[in-house]
Amino acid sequence: MGQITLQGVHKSFGQLDIIKDANLDIEDGSFVVFVGPSGCGKTTLLRLIAGLEDVTGGRILIDGQNVVNVPPAKRGLSMVFQSYALYPHMSVRGNIAFGLKMAGLPRAEIDRKVAAAAATLNLTPYLDRKPRELSGGQRQRVAIGRAIVREPKAFLFDEPLSNLDAALRVQMRMEVTRLQKQLATTAVYVTHDQVEAMTMADRIVVLNAGRVEQYGSPLELYEQPANLFVAGFIGSPKMNFVSGPPADQLGAATIGIRPEHLRIAQEGEGWPGTVSVAEHLGSDTFLYVDGGALGLLTVRGIGEIHLKSGDRVWLSPDPARLHRFDKDGMAIRH
Amino acid sequence: MARRVTARRMVVSTVAAWFFGGLIFFPILWMVLTSFKTELEAFTVPPSFLFFDWTTENYATVQERSDYFLHALNSIVIAGGSTLIAALIAVPAAWSMAFAPTKRTKDILLWMLSTKMMPAVGVLVPIYLLFKNLGLLDTRSGLIAILCLGNLPIVVWMLFTYFKEIPRDILEAARMDGATIRRELTYVLLPMAIPGIASTLLLNLILAWNEAFWTLNLSTSKAAPLTVFIASYSSPEGLFWAKLSAASTMAIAPILVLGWFCQRQLVRGLTFGAVK
Repeated sequence: MGQITLQGVHKSFGQLDIIKDANLDIEDGSFVVFVGPSGCGKTTLLRLIAGLEDVTGGRILIDGQNVVNVPPAKRGLSMVFQSYALYPHMSVRGNIAFGLKMAGLPRAEIDRKVAAAAATLNLTPYLDRKPRELSGGQRQRVAIGRAIVREPKAFLFDEPLSNLDAALRVQMRMEVTRLQKQLATTAVYVTHDQVEAMTMADRIVVLNAGRVEQYGSPLELYEQPANLFVAGFIGSPKMNFVSGPPADQLGAATIGIRPEHLRIAQEGEGWPGTVSVAEHLGSDTFLYVDGGALGLLTVRGIGEIHLKSGDRVWLSPDPARLHRFDKDGMAIRH
Repeated sequence: MARRVTARRMVVSTVAAWFFGGLIFFPILWMVLTSFKTELEAFTVPPSFLFFDWTTENYATVQERSDYFLHALNSIVIAGGSTLIAALIAVPAAWSMAFAPTKRTKDILLWMLSTKMMPAVGVLVPIYLLFKNLGLLDTRSGLIAILCLGNLPIVVWMLFTYFKEIPRDILEAARMDGATIRRELTYVLLPMAIPGIASTLLLNLILAWNEAFWTLNLSTSKAAPLTVFIASYSSPEGLFWAKLSAASTMAIAPILVLGWFCQRQLVRGLTFGAVK
């Protein structure tokens, strides 16, 4: 079991409030990603759950038990660090076995569990190597092996893939997701990379300046962002925001439209503009259109669109995909 | 593009390395050679390099005139003792400064180092009087105390820098893995810190072994280490080059052998912090 509940969690360092009243319900077996810009408090929130930091106020429940005064090791969680934090003087085997050794398991059982974890992660040939003799991806797998071997209630991941190169990151992303589904263990994963968040998560927590802005499934966040911050943070390229007359017409202070929901035509109706930059990626075309009073609008077209800088175009938003926000930046629902 | 290593470049740099290595080593070599010459040959101009009458007479005379083994034992006790006590004080001090720093930690470190900025001779008279009144003149315990205090700031600084290099994540990983503080120390921290501690202490041992100012001023015979033994051969009656060389060779031999065996640690100690 690995149900984690945060009730009114608050953390401050001196005068500085890092986490302001966080309330979350992380279901057993789910993959929850904390995402947000740097300094938003996502790592701090993870460390509070881990017990590496003490809460200033509020309660953290693991399977219904308040753990704010329970030391990290007794919480039954394991953590994968951004730097991997492998023990440099121990072999891969020693690294994976360390937690079990500390728990005082019998030798035979430790060996069996380490062998099983190593097999799961394709680490068997490397068991007797030291961390410095491994590649980045292998080190990452050892760190994960150290986490899974203890059969924790939940895994905590602190930006575990940020030190890997792009290709390896995509591969490890899939491996981590697959492993989590296979073990059906709760996972809390911190990242600043929204692609990681969107692809890995069952549910995403968007954090900003110590506040939970929205908690929902990836598509919920994409389709129904709760406010301007989430609307702007989730999705790439970023959502276009328009205020002024076009927004007033729809009874909103600001309207948002994603680049993929803007239709572009060389004649007809809609918002007139001039292409200022065109990026041709083959699979997609990104157009940055100067819309005059509307500002710079980003358009994403599927496939190749034959437009170049200086071309006159008309943009029409898909009315069903328009997002309306009030003057406080909150979404207006129908 | 990787720089091309041509054969010529290899030869040139090898020759250059040997040349400068030889240049640096030459005084020691010259000292060892001189120790096997007669006093007369030691003075000859032009000096003879290898072709002279090799003699071990200087070593015999030196051992006869003064008790090498007593001084060597004193050196071992004083250098070893001061290093050991410095370690006992500095390891916990540096440990707490690195892992539980306060707002004043940096200030304390600087203040400690500031004591090394004062020339030792500036406090010779008060220290001498202190030693005299406490009955510590020409005692091993007195020399152990003064050398230990003198080197303590550097030892704490070096250890602090080493401990700082140990990533916090690893300690936190150990905590997540269920290690108690005692086990965290023995299984994780100590194995990672030992190279740093070893090279610091080795360096401290060498510094204490060769320390000449305090040992020359605060000891004469009973507690006198090898530095005093060497100095006794440059006396008002004249310089005895060959005997002085023999005494010096005997004095540096133990530490040279130790240094040879600990080369790797020592290099790390001298360049610590330079390369991660």
